[in-house]
Amino acid sequence: MAKGEIVLGCLAPHPPHVVYAENPEQNEPFSEGGWEALRWGYNMLARKLKEIEYDCMVILTPHWQTYVGTHFLGLERFQNISVDPIFPNLFRFHHDIKVDVELAEKMCEAASESGIITKMMRNPDFRVDYGTIVSCHMLNPDWDKPVVTISSNRSTHYYSNEVMNEQSIALGEAVRKAIEDSGKKVVLIASHSLSHRHFVTEAPLPEDMSREHIYNHSQYVWDMKVIEMMREGKMKEVIDILPEMIEQTMAEAEGGGLTWMMAAMGMPDYPAEIYGYQSVIGTGNAIAAWDPNAETRAIVM
Amino acid sequence: MSEEPEIVMGLYVPPHPHPLLAPDQNEGWGRLREAYDTCRQRIEESDADLILIYSTTWPSIIGHQIQAHPKPVFTHVDDDFHFLGSMPYEFRMDTEYAESFKDACEERGLQARTVSYDGFPIDTGSIVALKLLNPENRIPACIVSSNVYSNRAEQIVLGKAARDAMAKLGKKAVVVVVASLSNRMFTEHIDPAEDRIHSAKDDEWNQKILEFFADGRLEDISQLSRDIQSQIRVSKVVAYKPAWWMAATMGQHNNYHGEVLAYEALHGAGGAVIQLTPAKGSIGDKEFDEDDVEFYHGDRHVLDKGSL
Repeated sequence: MAKGEIVLGCLAPHPPHVVYAENPEQNEPFSEGGWEALRWGYNMLARKLKEIEYDCMVILTPHWQTYVGTHFLGLERFQNISVDPIFPNLFRFHHDIKVDVELAEKMCEAASESGIITKMMRNPDFRVDYGTIVSCHMLNPDWDKPVVTISSNRSTHYYSNEVMNEQSIALGEAVRKAIEDSGKKVVLIASHSLSHRHFVTEAPLPEDMSREHIYNHSQYVWDMKVIEMMREGKMKEVIDILPEMIEQTMAEAEGGGLTWMMAAMGMPDYPAEIYGYQSVIGTGNAIAAWDPNAETRAIVM
Repeated sequence: MSEEPEIVMGLYVPPHPHPLLAPDQNEGWGRLREAYDTCRQRIEESDADLILIYSTTWPSIIGHQIQAHPKPVFTHVDDDFHFLGSMPYEFRMDTEYAESFKDACEERGLQARTVSYDGFPIDTGSIVALKLLNPENRIPACIVSSNVYSNRAEQIVLGKAARDAMAKLGKKAVVVVVASLSNRMFTEHIDPAEDRIHSAKDDEWNQKILEFFADGRLEDISQLSRDIQSQIRVSKVVAYKPAWWMAATMGQHNNYHGEVLAYEALHGAGGAVIQLTPAKGSIGDKEFDEDDVEFYHGDRHVLDKGSL
């Protein structure tokens, strides 16, 4: 069996607004559009993914929050309606998700062997979180690949941002080992924003783009600094300063997604592909990808 | 419309699913279940016509969300404790109250909205509370979220808005807060039989808070919220808010009969079932000398506050 590999890593934020704005048939509300800079970036990255051969998407999401270890989806199929608890007016999405349980179990086992507290989620009534659904839909609207969702252990809340980084690095290394042993080609997804301070009011028409802007300039400056470092291939440095960024901007990387993905990919020192940046209800959202294959790696923006 | 609403009782209950799904796996979880059952019976014997829940496990961002679906139906599974089982539910909500509460919030300057969507994910804590306190849906309920960014002033105004709506509609309400005391759980899976409070420090703080509750000193607990947050609350959110909201909703005083029906560990967190009943007798030594000042009226008549 050939050694498995990570063929692409994606930073894929999950504001439900982008699915709402796309008006897919699975989503009940209707919109007049909005957030084009993000959606067009997502569309471009989705086209790249169509050109890449892969078996499965593995996603770490901060909207499946676990305090007792790290959990993995462990059933083959989840059909349900996902209603966003924060923005139910925008996201009521009927989904049919297939899970690569074999890979999930391998990752769970590898993580456990490395000392991480783990649990397989086997309850058939469990509702998959909307972070998984938004990021996966925008990257693969055909839903023709199985996924594995990994929960976000809240070590930032229980300990510190630094502990989150250390634990996420350990999880990333374990996941890489499981992927290599599986012989599969895998796309990793870190599902989250950068800066993450929301406005607490909403425009009467949520997609009214005359109302959309970053929460404050400090958030914007942090986002731009991190994106610049991504372009320069300084991911080890980004992970090193992440605790400070989280402290300053409430960055959603607190959930461990970016650290986990970068650790699994060996802390890339090559440039990230930047597909877009835009605020959503004040939060800073970047779409980026890390392509280990220098021949297919593009300078997008 | 009466000026002051009638609060039949206040309840402080834990959000964890163990008393609902696994009361037999640990004696303490069983005692919490028994305490829930006692509260259920007392609610049934009361003339309450509304159960209003403030749940710390329902976060919101766009202001304050108020559940207004007349009959939400779904099957819920907890993110962490999915292995304990599923929680199918069908509740009866008081849509009229929900709308009135929302209007009262807006009149007091708050951002608020009702939510009424099939499949809306009602949170674990609200489901546990409603299934155990009101299993036959005898009394219509309402649930309000906990805004992640809100702090003291906003929580207190939210409580006052809840009272406005009760008074306007003439409701006799059971006020329920769904929250832990100390909320640090063990970060590993445990044998249920070996559950205990996570640390001696958490336990000591919990015991002190319970003394206040047992004395009926709700406003005093409200005043201690920032200390409670810094000492025994994991920093998931900016503040320990439930006591602010509960105190404001129940009238911002100390004159209650308090009863701690159970206090047990829930995977390390402090879970308590507590009842506060507005007292009709003397305030005794529980006078509360901080008026809720909106206009200075000169010397305060501190012993009048909370007298019924």
